[in-house]
Amino acid sequence: MDAFLTQAFVYLLAAVVAVPIAKRLGLGSVLGYLIAGIVIGPDVLGFVGSEGQDVLHFAEFGVVLMLFVIGLELEPSLLWRLRGPILGMGGLQVSLSTAAITGGGLAFGLPWNEALAVGMILALSSTAIVLQTLGEKGQLETSGGRSAFSVLLFQDIAVIPMLALLPLLGSGSHGAEAGESGHAESASMLAGLPGWAQTLAVLGAVAIIVVGGRYLIRPLLRAIARTRSREVFTAMALTLVIGIALLMQLVGLSAALGTFLAGVVLATSEYRHELESNIDPFKGLLLGLFFLAVGASIDFGLIAEQTGTIVGIALGVMLLKFLVLFVLAKGFGLRGDPALLFSFALPQMGEFAFVLFSFATQEGVLGSEIVDPLVAAVAISMALTPLLLLVNDRVIRPRFGTKESEETRPMDDMHAGARVLIAGFGYFGATVGRLLRAKNVETTVLEYDSDRVDLLRDMGLEVYYGDATREDLLEIAGARKARLIVIALPTPEMTMDVVRTVQKHFPELEVFARAFDWPDAVDLREAGVDHVYWQSLDTAMRAGRDVLSELGFRAYAAQRATRTFVRLDQESMEALMGVERDDRSVYVSVARERIENLERVLRRDIESDGGARDLGWDPDSLRTEYGDGDASGDPAAAS
Amino acid sequence: MARVLILFAHPVLEKSRVHRRLVAATPRSERVTVHDLYEEYPDFDIDVAREQRLLLDHDVIVFQHPLYWYSGPPLLKEWLDLVLEHGWAYGSEGDALHGKVVLQAISAGGHASAYCEEGYNRWTIRQYLRPFEGTARLCGMTYLPPWVVFGTHRLGASDIEAWGEAWSRTVGWLVDEGWRDLEPDPNALLVEGAEECAPWPPPGVPEGVQPERAPNIARNAPVGDVPSESREP
Repeated sequence: MDAFLTQAFVYLLAAVVAVPIAKRLGLGSVLGYLIAGIVIGPDVLGFVGSEGQDVLHFAEFGVVLMLFVIGLELEPSLLWRLRGPILGMGGLQVSLSTAAITGGGLAFGLPWNEALAVGMILALSSTAIVLQTLGEKGQLETSGGRSAFSVLLFQDIAVIPMLALLPLLGSGSHGAEAGESGHAESASMLAGLPGWAQTLAVLGAVAIIVVGGRYLIRPLLRAIARTRSREVFTAMALTLVIGIALLMQLVGLSAALGTFLAGVVLATSEYRHELESNIDPFKGLLLGLFFLAVGASIDFGLIAEQTGTIVGIALGVMLLKFLVLFVLAKGFGLRGDPALLFSFALPQMGEFAFVLFSFATQEGVLGSEIVDPLVAAVAISMALTPLLLLVNDRVIRPRFGTKESEETRPMDDMHAGARVLIAGFGYFGATVGRLLRAKNVETTVLEYDSDRVDLLRDMGLEVYYGDATREDLLEIAGARKARLIVIALPTPEMTMDVVRTVQKHFPELEVFARAFDWPDAVDLREAGVDHVYWQSLDTAMRAGRDVLSELGFRAYAAQRATRTFVRLDQESMEALMGVERDDRSVYVSVARERIENLERVLRRDIESDGGARDLGWDPDSLRTEYGDGDASGDPAAAS
Repeated sequence: MARVLILFAHPVLEKSRVHRRLVAATPRSERVTVHDLYEEYPDFDIDVAREQRLLLDHDVIVFQHPLYWYSGPPLLKEWLDLVLEHGWAYGSEGDALHGKVVLQAISAGGHASAYCEEGYNRWTIRQYLRPFEGTARLCGMTYLPPWVVFGTHRLGASDIEAWGEAWSRTVGWLVDEGWRDLEPDPNALLVEGAEECAPWPPPGVPEGVQPERAPNIARNAPVGDVPSESREP
């Protein structure tokens, strides 16, 4: 227990210290983690020893969580539209890179089967590093970023046939070494079964995820949401992901692929944002841990011994992959910035290499004298990726890139955010939402009442289940990209909570808040909200206007009177701002004065038969000027 | 017998002595519809389909309004903009209003002699109302010479009474399709006014369409441009 706590403390502290510094320097969090990992690793401070490898395996689960979250953000329709890039670019990237690296291996005298194994393994890139880095820079939604994502997705799929192929490459020249990789073990769980049964099991597992996700998990989430207990929902989300990961391992599929699929299935559900915000912290921590472990696992002793070989392999492979990527980018019509981003994002080798190398060693395909320097090269290439992207951003793109193709992209991006958030979808929020929808304004609705969410979704509205007072949920719902938020929550306290959260974390987001009564409206104004809607004001004014009209006042005069009333009421509110509410006597006297003033103005209007202020229509002064004298006429008005 | 639709636009009828009288004097019958635009659409949210149905149900369209800055009040303009749709009121397929008759019945603060080339306002009423006339023309409607109450600021109670009776007779004249005998004259007005500028009585206008007693209108107006600072609109 103590050892565990010590270790947790070391890792967390390293992250807490290194990541803010790295971000401050503009290096991004991934590089921060990697450097922190190197620092706490065996070769520098030595806080982490050989158990770093175990941590690495554990932390790979962060990648699984990340793909789940990515799946959540990717609706099936978008995935379907990406099928071209996934199969085309992904397929070509994997096969061409494999061929190129295999060729390189042969040139350096490796037997063909070992060269091919190394080629396949090194052709894969690092989903974790690429997606995290691009996501942080906001480049995932660009066409280059999306192409990179497509390729990574294909690689995740390609791991499956690779796992099947690697044992066949075993020449027996290397004695099977004891591997303890979870992936490797799991892959052999069904090994005893005939091929058709394995295929059936795989298809069955996929079917379970797709069908279960739709008809089992959603009702389950709904039932749990109804308990309104946040931690149980979190537990449910984790159970879901881990369960799918286990199922996938059972049938020998990549866990990341399985959870990605589950994410896509749940992407259209109302619990998408809530699931995402629950999984996100775990994903972030585990990914951080993963990067730390990669940093810590870099064996500087080995690198010092074989510097030339290892650095040569790392740079050589990256160069080959870069060229393949660049050619592919051109071939698939990417130009300028997107092509550069795509090519600089993917040339590293990825975390799958760790898994596959240990599997290959275990299957006797590769010997440790080959694998060890390669693993070091993989780690180096991963560490270089954020740096390469940084160089691309700062040096290469400004000189060679073009911006236009990015800026003219239509709004069909992966996380194209809604422009308006509506927090609370009771009658008030729903009415606002319906008006916006009628004008084709995209809205994201957050509603905490799960029963109402169901009802509204049945009516075909885009409504998500979630607590809008939570910063992370607002973030996921697109608060950074939205222009404004309409707060229509059921209590003044919740409204104020959201106002404070928005002001603190999303100062760019314009707030339109519903107020319940007058003091509440004053509170919101005092809190700095410019757009406050006292909920009974407009209905009361409409009723008052109709009553006046019914009593024989001209409808237009009544209409103008209500407008005047609303304006004066607003002014009264401004006057009351800053008046200490606790000092009742001052407050009451100011309030009373304003109210009397307001009534006086209106009375003057109404007694004078309509708009006394509407001097533009007032013929009295004209009559005075022209009526008795000999002036002939007035250009403007005539009664 | 024609059906007459009076589209009445006045933002502050409460303050208008003349138009209150005119509205009150309008003969009520199933052939005459008074449609009070500011009362119907205080928020300017005009029901276009309903307005178009009303137009189709009538033969004569009257725009009754005070003259504000040589034009109509804003709601009337909004009404023209929204109701007279392309493809319905005008354009190659817009013939819904063809053959109808338009009369503009307005009140003006300046007296008649101000509205002529030598007068205070430089141009005649008919010239100022050209946009309305053009609108009617484009919609295939006959634009009658305007019916104008001049010099409203100086009208006494008995004058206003007389104008009310004149208006009542004019509406009756419209119902009886009296315009069919009218000779078209581009400068004509339907009632007594600018003797200096327009012939009186205008050719073809029958006795009785103008007030029996000429309104008390002061003469010898100063000639010149309207001082620009004279009024805020």
